[in-house]
Amino acid sequence: MNNSLLVVVIAQGIAYGTPLLYAALGELLAERSGVLNLGVEGMMLVGAVMGFWAVQRFHVTSPLALVGAIAVAALAGAAMAAIHAFLVITLRANQIVSGLALTIFAGVAGLSSYLGNDLNLARSPARHQFQAIFPKSWQDINVVGPILFGQSALVYASWVCVVLVALYLTRTRVGLNLRAVGESPAAADAMGIDVAGYRYAHTLVGGAFAGIGGATFSLSITPQWLAGLTQGAGWIAIALVIFAFWRPTLCLVGAYFFGAFTYLPFALQKYSWAPPPELAQSLPYVMTVLALVLVSSRAARLRFGAPSALGQPYVREER
Amino acid sequence: MRIERRLAQPRWLMLVVPLLSLVVAFVVATVILLATHHPPLHSFRRLFDAAFLANSALTETVVSATPLAFTGLAAAVAFRMNLFNIGAEGQLYAGAITGATMGLLLGGAPSPVTIAVMILAGSAGGALLAAIPGVLRAFFSTNEIITSLMLNYVMALVIDYLIFDSHSYLRETKGFNASVFPQGKQLPDAATWSSWTIHGLVLPLGFLVAIGVAVGLWFLYSRTRFGFEVQVIGDSARAGRYAGMRTRRKILAVMLLSGAVAGLGGASQDGDFRHQLDPRGLTQANYGYTGIVVAALARYNPFAVVVVAFLLGGLQNAGYTLQGADFPNGLVGVLQGLILFCVLGGELFVRYRIRFERRPSTAAPATQ
Repeated sequence: MNNSLLVVVIAQGIAYGTPLLYAALGELLAERSGVLNLGVEGMMLVGAVMGFWAVQRFHVTSPLALVGAIAVAALAGAAMAAIHAFLVITLRANQIVSGLALTIFAGVAGLSSYLGNDLNLARSPARHQFQAIFPKSWQDINVVGPILFGQSALVYASWVCVVLVALYLTRTRVGLNLRAVGESPAAADAMGIDVAGYRYAHTLVGGAFAGIGGATFSLSITPQWLAGLTQGAGWIAIALVIFAFWRPTLCLVGAYFFGAFTYLPFALQKYSWAPPPELAQSLPYVMTVLALVLVSSRAARLRFGAPSALGQPYVREER
Repeated sequence: MRIERRLAQPRWLMLVVPLLSLVVAFVVATVILLATHHPPLHSFRRLFDAAFLANSALTETVVSATPLAFTGLAAAVAFRMNLFNIGAEGQLYAGAITGATMGLLLGGAPSPVTIAVMILAGSAGGALLAAIPGVLRAFFSTNEIITSLMLNYVMALVIDYLIFDSHSYLRETKGFNASVFPQGKQLPDAATWSSWTIHGLVLPLGFLVAIGVAVGLWFLYSRTRFGFEVQVIGDSARAGRYAGMRTRRKILAVMLLSGAVAGLGGASQDGDFRHQLDPRGLTQANYGYTGIVVAALARYNPFAVVVVAFLLGGLQNAGYTLQGADFPNGLVGVLQGLILFCVLGGELFVRYRIRFERRPSTAAPATQ
């Protein structure tokens, strides 16, 4: 039962969806403040490489090393996001071009590979990695065992993050202020909210989430450093935010859906009737396009649209 | 400190700011190199040597610059209308596939015919792929950034499938190595594009075609009604609509044009340089993404695209030549990103001026 295709794909879909979920939550926070950051792929890769570096260098017990590595990955992601934030908030640069520049700067052919080579990280397995935290007997429970109890701490932490972000956006003053900044920065400014401050803070936190998402690859899924190991996950995360209608709980559903499609080619390998691997591997990308078309209908956009000020710099003198 | 909009943009600033931005980019790169214990001056000198000075370096730089000119033009055409086609990468693959197919099909035809058909087929292939995000954007308002980008990954898988995982028409199936090292079928001699040698500098046909395309696009955008409408829609979509311009058609047309130019770059890869469908070579080169850097640095001006493509081609060529030696891998992307950051940030100082300034007027983006 626990080895059936469906259970395996759901359980692994959750594991493979987790980096997407972290990155999408981060992008959601940034976009809710009005900052579109297309550099997610780059931030994830830098988070992945720095997290992996940390776990190889921290000579402490496994849980401590892993927590430290996640912290380092978050800092690295936030540092990358800081470049984007400075350019688009303070220097008022075009958000789309700046985000693309961040992906090129930090991405496969850029800083992440540079650091990976320079710190000599390739071709060595992670010294510590995230593993299932519940006892074996729990994991053997029919169906729910592998799905609910077979996951690593990163998965459970991501559930906490989803709840926290959802509560933050709807139940706290700061979260409501954030939404005001993203919807109407001029009104927020008039209320005495520090627009630039909110945008900086949430872009940086978004980068930290992306960094953690990247480290999920290098410390749990892969678990080693390979140049470009995210393979477009950052871009799928950006699309996820759009078709989750900027809502954290829907991000979770979408992330697992895409995680399942990412894992599907591996699951199908052992069957003789399996389609060519390229066909199965292209599914997440094709599904992203289809899902985007579905949610871009006029009615959906009016009801659950993007933050109104998304992508626009706020200049008090020019409002 | 206050930042206020300039009423007039002085001409000298338009020149000085980008140059200073370049200087800042290299200063930041120096800091990164020093922090990771590489000698910066040595690295930069080797970079410059390998790109422009060494024996046959210029020829190799033109080889790298040709695809970048195509993808840069493709990005510039679309970005000028605020249409962010970042699918040049996949559109280039598509053009390479259709171009190579026609080159193989027309085995016995005279060379000029074959080359002309390859050019047409490459453009058609790129345009066809770009039609998907184009139609989706025009008729369903679907975000073209994500859709065009997703298709890059799909096309990379398609091209892999054609050569590595199937017995397609494009794959070499005969010979000793065919099953051990899968590769594309060699194109016939008639499908080899001409080239001209001037004082040892080899100019491939593709590079000249790219210059021709740049001239054509400049004419289209600055001298025709179509180009005028595209620019109006780009600057203010609402103004365009109120003036009765057909926005949807323009979106679709510009997307097709952009894809066609990128696809032409793919055909040029087949005909000029690789002489087969070469999945590894194409997918590892990142021509499409670098094209975005080229277009942004050139501020979407077609002639500037060719010049910037030449400069960044030098950088890319140096990256290949020096790879593996003591030259840090990934430095090329870091430099490209830094240059783009600094030029982007520098634009503030062209558009605005700073009163009561406390920091120097060419603040670099923070890196850490």
